[in-house]
Amino acid sequence: MLSFGIEVLNQGLAYGVLAIAVTLTYKILDFPDLSVDGSFPLGSVIAAVVLLKWGNIPLALFLSFIGGLGAGLLTGFLHVKLKISNLLSGILVMTGLYSINLMIANNRSNLPIFNVKTMFTVGSWVENLPQDLQVWVIRFYPSIVLLLVIIVLKLVMDWFLETKLGFLLRITGDNPQLVIALGEDIGKTKILGLMLSNGIAAFSGAIAMQMFRFYDISLGSGIVVVGLASVVLGTSVLGFMKSWKITTLVVLGSILYRLSISVALALKLPPSNLKLITAIIFVLALVLNNKELRPKLLKGRDKHA
Amino acid sequence: MLRLSNIEKRFYVGTPHENQLYQDLNIHIKDGEFITVIGSNGSGKSTFFNIIAGTLQPDQGSILFKGHDIAHQPEHLRSRHIARVYQDPLKGTAPSLTILENLSMAYNKGKKFNLSRGVDQALIEHFKQELKALNLGLEEKLNNRVGTLSGGQRQALSLLMATLVQPELLLLDEHTAALDPKTSELIIDLTQRLVREKEITTVMVTHNLKQALDVGDRLIMFHKGQIVLDLSGEEKHKLSVMDLIAKFNALNLMNELNDSLILG
Repeated sequence: MLSFGIEVLNQGLAYGVLAIAVTLTYKILDFPDLSVDGSFPLGSVIAAVVLLKWGNIPLALFLSFIGGLGAGLLTGFLHVKLKISNLLSGILVMTGLYSINLMIANNRSNLPIFNVKTMFTVGSWVENLPQDLQVWVIRFYPSIVLLLVIIVLKLVMDWFLETKLGFLLRITGDNPQLVIALGEDIGKTKILGLMLSNGIAAFSGAIAMQMFRFYDISLGSGIVVVGLASVVLGTSVLGFMKSWKITTLVVLGSILYRLSISVALALKLPPSNLKLITAIIFVLALVLNNKELRPKLLKGRDKHA
Repeated sequence: MLRLSNIEKRFYVGTPHENQLYQDLNIHIKDGEFITVIGSNGSGKSTFFNIIAGTLQPDQGSILFKGHDIAHQPEHLRSRHIARVYQDPLKGTAPSLTILENLSMAYNKGKKFNLSRGVDQALIEHFKQELKALNLGLEEKLNNRVGTLSGGQRQALSLLMATLVQPELLLLDEHTAALDPKTSELIIDLTQRLVREKEITTVMVTHNLKQALDVGDRLIMFHKGQIVLDLSGEEKHKLSVMDLIAKFNALNLMNELNDSLILG
């Protein structure tokens, strides 16, 4: 039971980073960005290659983030400068990144990193601890690392969204006309937001890959839906916590999402049904979130009761 | 301050619907003027604003603003000096941000949008004073989201935001047309007060003939892309709503005659 809980928590937190990335585009910029499906595995593969070659963990995380920034820049460029629709820009970048990811991994579609140190490897200091404490530290170490990462990221995002530039990003999704009225180039603002979002998504990919100790090209397929499901779950199920920041809500949403998936699997549903379960959870969350539908559904239930 | 010369504008070029709106539009807006613009639908008054603001590019002609040709300047750069309030009260404010956050952003127009804090606490008192002058009690709702305000309140806020950093030219695009008569009157009073106090050169498009006569010191009437009436000072003062309606009818009659000549 405990290990079940730890696994849900860890995955929820690792994908919580992704949820924050997706929040930035979908919720704040109002830009349905599908390129995340490519930038998430891009972050994974960059981190895997760096770890295998140089074993440098900060460099692996940093370069993944930079790679994600590049992917976001590309999506923004296609949309803003070449006037391609937002959905299509994301799809094109996602498609192109598939090959890029293969190239980075030297045409391999998966890379195991079992024998290298990752951000979740406990240092040798743990050996100085008493025996019974050691067991617990080793057990909870990944969760503590993930918690630290997500708290720092959340605080940085909260701070950023309260700066003038952060406000400009929020206005871009809220009322694009106002950005122009404020004398700012809305195209630049969009590109900046996309870069940041994809950078964080790639960072999330680097973290998840280290957790699995394995890179696979398919890590990213449908990941945008996972991120979005977390966002929708967080804001709909926990939306009544009005004073909570959106960054907190979506990370909790990500944990909730992992929990529902794990419960479904624990109920002996075959793993091949995972994507279908995701879609169903998503639809449920959306319906719960819909102000028009909710009263009807609740009324319907009363009638049948 | 603003001079449009030899402006030409066609729509749907190369299609059977091609329509030449302006053939040779010339207009000079002088510093400190408050101009009201009237005209029926399709007469070219909205395009007039879109060309000044940079939403649309003219096919020919020059736009001199304070001596510089701005015909090819993008819209967002022009809006640092040319403020615009739209008919739709939703266009001038950000609904998910609070009144305080909206005002803070408007106050930052023309400055850098960097990583400094979005809301400067030192400015709150200044914003409260500005809001108090609107007489809507908004100074008590600084931390309310703008999306929760009524259309009239949002339009008053839009107007305040457009003029918070003194614009050199203010374009009012039928900014009272979507409001009920009482609110509309309130916004017009507010407009006149703001424009007078801050001495802003202003152009206001309106469908309300009485408003067009009561407000401002110069009146322009558009018809089929041409200026058919341009009166200021005493001449404008003497004009009545009946005169304007008569003018409208005369123009429409001319059209019908022209049409029947062509069709006949």
